[in-house]
Amino acid sequence: MASVLVLYAHPAPHKSRINRRLADAAREVDGVTFRDLYELYPDFLIDVQEEQKLLSEHDVIVLQHPFYWYSAPSLVKEYLDLVLTHGWAYGEGGTALQGKILLHAISAGGSEEVYCSQGRNRFTIRQLLAPFDQTAFLCGLRYLAPHVIHGANELADAASIQPLAQGYARLLKALRDETLPLDQAAAAHKINDLIPA
Amino acid sequence: MHDPHFFLSAFIYLGAAVLLVPVAHRLGLGSVLGYLIGGALIGPFALGWVGGTQGEEAMHFAEFGVVIMLFMIGLELEPARLWRMRGPIFGLGGLQVFLTALAVMGIAMAFGLEARPAIATGLILALSSTAIVIQTLQEKALMRTDGGADSFAVLLFQDISVIPMLAVFPLLAASVTKLEHHGWLQALPHWAQPLVTLGAVVAIVVAGQFIVPRGFAILAKTGLRELLTAAALLLIVGVALLMTQVGLSPALGAFVAGVVLAGSHYRHELESDLEPFKGLLLGLFFLAVGASLDFSVIAAKPLLVAALVAALILLKAAVMFIIATFLKIRGSHRWLLSLALAQGGEFAFALLSMAIQQEILEAETARLLVAVVALSMAVTPLLFIIYERVIAPRYTAISREERAPDRIDEHAPVILAGFGRFGNFVGRFMMSQGVKVTVLESDPDHVDMLRKFGFKVFYGDATRLSLLHAAGIEQACLLIIALADQAKVAKLVTEVREKFPKLRILARAHDYDQRFELMGLGLAAEDTVHEQMGSAQELAVRALRALGKPAYATERAARHWRRYDEETVHLLVPVHEDEDAYASIVRERRIELTQLFEKDRAELPDLSDKGWEISRAEET
Repeated sequence: MASVLVLYAHPAPHKSRINRRLADAAREVDGVTFRDLYELYPDFLIDVQEEQKLLSEHDVIVLQHPFYWYSAPSLVKEYLDLVLTHGWAYGEGGTALQGKILLHAISAGGSEEVYCSQGRNRFTIRQLLAPFDQTAFLCGLRYLAPHVIHGANELADAASIQPLAQGYARLLKALRDETLPLDQAAAAHKINDLIPA
Repeated sequence: MHDPHFFLSAFIYLGAAVLLVPVAHRLGLGSVLGYLIGGALIGPFALGWVGGTQGEEAMHFAEFGVVIMLFMIGLELEPARLWRMRGPIFGLGGLQVFLTALAVMGIAMAFGLEARPAIATGLILALSSTAIVIQTLQEKALMRTDGGADSFAVLLFQDISVIPMLAVFPLLAASVTKLEHHGWLQALPHWAQPLVTLGAVVAIVVAGQFIVPRGFAILAKTGLRELLTAAALLLIVGVALLMTQVGLSPALGAFVAGVVLAGSHYRHELESDLEPFKGLLLGLFFLAVGASLDFSVIAAKPLLVAALVAALILLKAAVMFIIATFLKIRGSHRWLLSLALAQGGEFAFALLSMAIQQEILEAETARLLVAVVALSMAVTPLLFIIYERVIAPRYTAISREERAPDRIDEHAPVILAGFGRFGNFVGRFMMSQGVKVTVLESDPDHVDMLRKFGFKVFYGDATRLSLLHAAGIEQACLLIIALADQAKVAKLVTEVREKFPKLRILARAHDYDQRFELMGLGLAAEDTVHEQMGSAQELAVRALRALGKPAYATERAARHWRRYDEETVHLLVPVHEDEDAYASIVRERRIELTQLFEKDRAELPDLSDKGWEISRAEET
């Protein structure tokens, strides 16, 4: 059994349709520690000690947020800036995160097709997530293919979002139960296809 | 100006003001009494430094202060508000002038005066002193109370009624003497005279509405401030001149001009330009009134004068009190109204000298009346002191009881107790976020004002559980206590926690000690807020930025500091009653915090692979 830490970041949760439901689903999964970063740090004053403690206590770290300007909402960046300190997460003696897993769970407005070299967005999601991938690499984390929900703006009603939320919950359970084929998950384009039925 | 006497008397007048007014103020007597005493001292009947015809000239000149004062009162009174005051002005004012004049006349006749001089005396003594009453009301911040507003309405009617009085006086004269002033008006046919008067008032309204604002706009463009001041004075002098020409009171004309200009952009400009003139001239006016106190008349018949002054004040106060009772004015307002207007007025001096001229009154009687009126004016500040110290305190406690709490016709999820300096920020922000808030406020005047601004506020004392029941506390999910009174906050928390243990309470705390107290009563630390913390910290941040500190880093440092302080509060809760332990924790924490910030500042320059804040990751 692996312990899972979900770090959820949405600056306007009351306007969220997808992430809110995914977050609700994640909260329900046993063995998952759920942290709503914007709720905890409305003043961006992140408690570094507390966050480092939680990171070292968990095996799987999930960053869940909407995909803003091909990246994360600003508090996620602030979190990485502050929490992944030299000598703790990387650099000399910085081994706290070695061997852990980092997974991104994002929702994007555009369809899958626009995220390719011929598409409007010119890059794939994985390419755009390269800074996170590299951050994970530097800290000795294993970076898996992201969980992506495309066409977020078209998914309006609860009925179509609910199956996605359930899939996300199953993914978290698989990570918890260590039943996910990790090599495959690291190499994939996105992790969604590997979610057990 | 080449008259050395000018500087000498200016020196004496100003000296008396500068020396005596602060003393009177210090003794709690108010500035008016200080001026009056000062005037009496330097006057012809005490030290004799000023006085005689020169003193009268000073008085006439200083009456212009009263004109400026009424102009400024007009400035604060928009026409719509004046229109709403028509009831008190004509009802209350009309009854006061009529009944007081009648009562004085009756008494005068009972003491053997003939009918005509008795009528004149009645009319003269019915008037009160606009200058003293308004100055004192403003000084004591009573102008906006009901009693103050009603007093002003009566004074306004008195100023209006001076016009017919001036017209009636010649008819009372034993021998027919013609009035010398406003001769050209008298020369006109009878039907034309009111038309001219009316025309003058219309001219003021039209000029105030259309010409004056434009003129001011042009002057403002020159950027010469003194030019605006000069224009403001010119305006009032012009109005005063016009009014005397057509036989109206200059003060009344200035008041009308003020009302017309109340809505203009230049209102505040005018107010600040004229304020020093008003103050100085009024001061001079009060000094002159003091100087006119004829101690020889008083000394000749001290008992008679004293009895007359007492009788005048008692009679005027009694008449006003009866009218107020009849018109259902209650509580402290009735007392304020009665005591404030119990003196004779400055118009009495002019009317009395006219009465002598026209042989309506014997010179001796008139001089006696001058002394009585002047003394009654001098006594007025004392009556205000009686009101403030003896009467008002009895009513502040009672009047709050008198007004029944409002019926509360809505139940919101949030109840906010107190909508004063603190609560109004809480409430306004929450409402802006679309949250329904039931607001309870215990200051009746404040409630009325808030309603004018369109806030739905209920009057009542939130510390009474019955009111909280009416506000729907059973259904509420939050009670916010924003009361200033610490004892009331604690009482309310205790009672509500006992009756509704599940209701979440958020409270304003006056200081650290009150936070500890509230936490001791079971409130969560995050549900109590130190009322000064936020604003003080904000000011400190601005100060640091004024010193050139970087904005974001300073803002963050402030948040860190705030959080640190909050942690300290948690540490202090268990020991807050032990002074030594408390002090030692506070000391330790402060050293710790200083070191932390120092470390941040020191480490930055020499560790290039660290971020911009202590414990930050590098920019790879």
